[in-house]
Amino acid sequence: MSEHDISVTVNGEQHELTVEPRTLLVTALREKLGYTGANVGCETGRCGACTVRENGETIKSCTRLAVQSDGSEIETVEGLADDGDLTTLQERFREHHGLQCGYCTPGMLVSADTFLRENEDPSREEIREAIEGNLCRCTGYQNIVDAVEATADQLGEQR
Amino acid sequence: MSDADERDSSDDSSSGAFGAAIERGEDVPLLTGDGEYTGDISLPGTTHLAIRRSDHAHARIESVDTSDAAAVDGVVAVFTGEDVVESGVPNTIPTAWDLPGLVQPQYRMLATDKVRHEGTAVAAVVAETAHAARDALELISIEYEPLEHVTDPVEAVERDVPPVHDEAEDNVAFDFELGDGDATDEAFADADRVASVDLRQPRIIPNAMEPRAALADWEETTGKLRLWMTSQNPHLHRMLLSAGTLGLPENEIQVIAPEVGGGFGSKIYHYPDEAVTAWCSMQLGRPVKWQATRSESYLTDCHGRDHVTTGEIALDDDGTIRGVRVETHAGLGAQLSQFGTATPSYLYATILSGQYAIPAIHCRVVGAFTNTTPVDAYRGAGRAEGIYVIERLVDVGARELGMDPAELRRRNLIQPDEFPFETAAALVYDSGEYERAMDAALEHVDYDELRERQDELREEDRYLGIGVANFVESAGLSPSGLAGDLGAQAGGWESSIVRFDSTGSVTVLAGTADQGQGHRTTYAQIAAEELGLSVDDVTVVEGDTDRIPQGMGTYGSRSASVGGGSIARGAREVREKARRIAAHQLEASVDDIEFDDGEFRVAGAPDRSLHIRTIAHEAYLGHDLPEGMDPGLEETNFYDPENFTYPFGTHVAVVEVEPETGEIEIERYVAVDDCGEIINPMIVEGQVHGGIAQGIGAALYEGAAYDDDGHLETRRMDEYAVPHSTQLPEFETDNTVTPSPHNPIGVKGVGESATIAATPTVVSAVVDALEPFDVDHLDMPITPESVWRATEADR
Ligand code: FES
Ligand code: FES
Repeated sequence: MSEHDISVTVNGEQHELTVEPRTLLVTALREKLGYTGANVGCETGRCGACTVRENGETIKSCTRLAVQSDGSEIETVEGLADDGDLTTLQERFREHHGLQCGYCTPGMLVSADTFLRENEDPSREEIREAIEGNLCRCTGYQNIVDAVEATADQLGEQR
Repeated sequence: MSDADERDSSDDSSSGAFGAAIERGEDVPLLTGDGEYTGDISLPGTTHLAIRRSDHAHARIESVDTSDAAAVDGVVAVFTGEDVVESGVPNTIPTAWDLPGLVQPQYRMLATDKVRHEGTAVAAVVAETAHAARDALELISIEYEPLEHVTDPVEAVERDVPPVHDEAEDNVAFDFELGDGDATDEAFADADRVASVDLRQPRIIPNAMEPRAALADWEETTGKLRLWMTSQNPHLHRMLLSAGTLGLPENEIQVIAPEVGGGFGSKIYHYPDEAVTAWCSMQLGRPVKWQATRSESYLTDCHGRDHVTTGEIALDDDGTIRGVRVETHAGLGAQLSQFGTATPSYLYATILSGQYAIPAIHCRVVGAFTNTTPVDAYRGAGRAEGIYVIERLVDVGARELGMDPAELRRRNLIQPDEFPFETAAALVYDSGEYERAMDAALEHVDYDELRERQDELREEDRYLGIGVANFVESAGLSPSGLAGDLGAQAGGWESSIVRFDSTGSVTVLAGTADQGQGHRTTYAQIAAEELGLSVDDVTVVEGDTDRIPQGMGTYGSRSASVGGGSIARGAREVREKARRIAAHQLEASVDDIEFDDGEFRVAGAPDRSLHIRTIAHEAYLGHDLPEGMDPGLEETNFYDPENFTYPFGTHVAVVEVEPETGEIEIERYVAVDDCGEIINPMIVEGQVHGGIAQGIGAALYEGAAYDDDGHLETRRMDEYAVPHSTQLPEFETDNTVTPSPHNPIGVKGVGESATIAATPTVVSAVVDALEPFDVDHLDMPITPESVWRATEADR
């Protein structure tokens, strides 16, 4: 099968890699580049466990071919926190027990982080809608909503 | 010493760790993407396994041709069921629970003669890449002779169909009875009224967000198998791999469960896939990795529930419940999974008394083989099905009497002074204050006012529904002797090691295995409390059979009560040894040594003291120990509880139903749970939230369906409705605390409670809303369409 050389920037670091045309972005990130934070839960774009940011927009990296991301800037959960310190959002997830098994968490965090950039003062309904594409089987979502709301409040106070 | 005595002896530790809402230590790696799940792990030279599965529900395998697949670039090997047989391994996936008269057919790793459900594993491809393995899969050509199939547990035994297994011509795996049939008949004959309900509890697919996965590494030179897998019970998996499928001695197998992304039952069982992964590695001498796709999960993860039931309740006009009679056909699927036999029998029939003092109960369960994915324990296993039946029966009974359903419940509650209470369904409940929890839940919603509002709204053609469900569950399956008498093929104990090191830090090695429940935090809280330390001084290790010698794993809400009980006992033994060292070094009698906040003090001479950390150091120096005492400060504990624990509570849902569109909106959801002593309220609440979500899922959204050809229709995430964030309400939770006298730390367990409670609560609320339409019952999942159909005639 023919292979392609592509270049992607992940969490600020540029990578050159060779992929098959059918290699999914999530597979390339996980298996070729070692960013195993993004998880695979469904491979059909439904669960959101594989959510990453591409050029500022959240995407489900199981629905994207790696070749389509040639030249893109990708951000994964590994890129959210600087130098090992948790971000406010991550701290609030911990404080509000917004995760149990943690499998949905990387995708949930990327979705919520992106959402909070667009909506600084969301209602609980808006938060629920924002994470609708990220399934969590463990938490029942309420603590996640609490965490996102608390983050918005805290960031609002800091502004 | 009985567990109750032990509870009293826990006198003098007081670090304050137990009971505090401490943030989870496990969260940091999970929040940064550093958490390591099985799929994140690779070894040099790893090959990839893909499994060819049957697309027939029932067929005879005529031939399997693997030559084209073997020729694909990158393919290392292709194996069939015959290859596994020829390798001489035991090749048997055993059931873990025997019942009288049980038919136990052969369950092989790869099928050889017949396929019995869609998704049966038939052949295995190992290749250098996952892509190559999947490509080659398609090129295996299998000739089948299709056979007539059956997917419904009633049809399976009543219709004339070719049997799923020749050994069970009528497809009956077992015919189980519990309770006193004659006494129940008499109660029904004497009672003023009888009400009944026919109901179905559809198949639920667990849908842990992480699909099952395995990575096997067979080391030829040492004869050692290392297997990372998504496991709720690595030690049970080690045992089943050893005695069941692979035939290696247990001490040559290491099973490691790293981070596990949810289980809900689905990761308890021994499936063909993980065994095949290990077997392939043994054949090839290379690491082999298998990762299920979501569709494979839908087809192969054991489903839950699948009951068809007729229930009857006998009542007197004053609301006294005289008796309950239940007959159930339970679908077992095509093979007996580990607890597939225990769940619809002992875990189900024994809970049918619910919270009520019911003098006579009789239950019959026919376990049926069907051409479907095996059925096994799913969150709430057996108890969820049983509580659903009794709570639906109380509701239809209330309607029959024209009595408020909460009132009928209240009149039959077991009273606090009646514990221990022996039910007519063979259980002895430990402790409970049922009415207190029920009152709390009803007060939260202002029940009486709600009923008035319901009447008012009906005048305006608006349909409010109030569902109240009481539950009790048997948690922490035990004790081993009783379980063995009832047919269990494993013990109900748990084991742990509590170990100080010479620096004074503590490691707890626990035989349970976490899938998100937060054991590393709660267990640290238990040990810290007993040893007078802070949780940061305690490291908890789980999920590796080479580090933790023995264990039974995490299922059936057993971790806090049985696992935690073991840790508490181990920590107390450690503390007592430390006390003896302290007495020796402080030159006092052991009886005069007090322990508080980590410090051993001589009574009456407070300045003569030694900290437990210092003693740990002394214990490893070994220079000055009491005569005859061995050095070191650690204890291995095996804890076999004297009985189950019985969490309970009351949940209330308020819904509004729009008959024109069938839409159901949950206005309020209130949960009052009593799980005994609470180790960490934040984690308890999280378990309740998740449990409610799964219970509501079952009531309103979820359910596996098979089409006329025996194909699973719900095999993708867009076909099976795992509830998402906008489909669930805000939950209002509260607790009462009734300690369990059966447990050294008074805990009862909470992992499954809310799933058990939420399903009848929500169904009851919707049915209550539709009372003006004469709807007595609706089967799950209650969809807008089912509401619309049920109310159609009256509109
Ligand atoms: S794995 Fe990508 S959305 Fe589920
Ligand atoms: S925390 Fe387990 S799926 Fe969300």
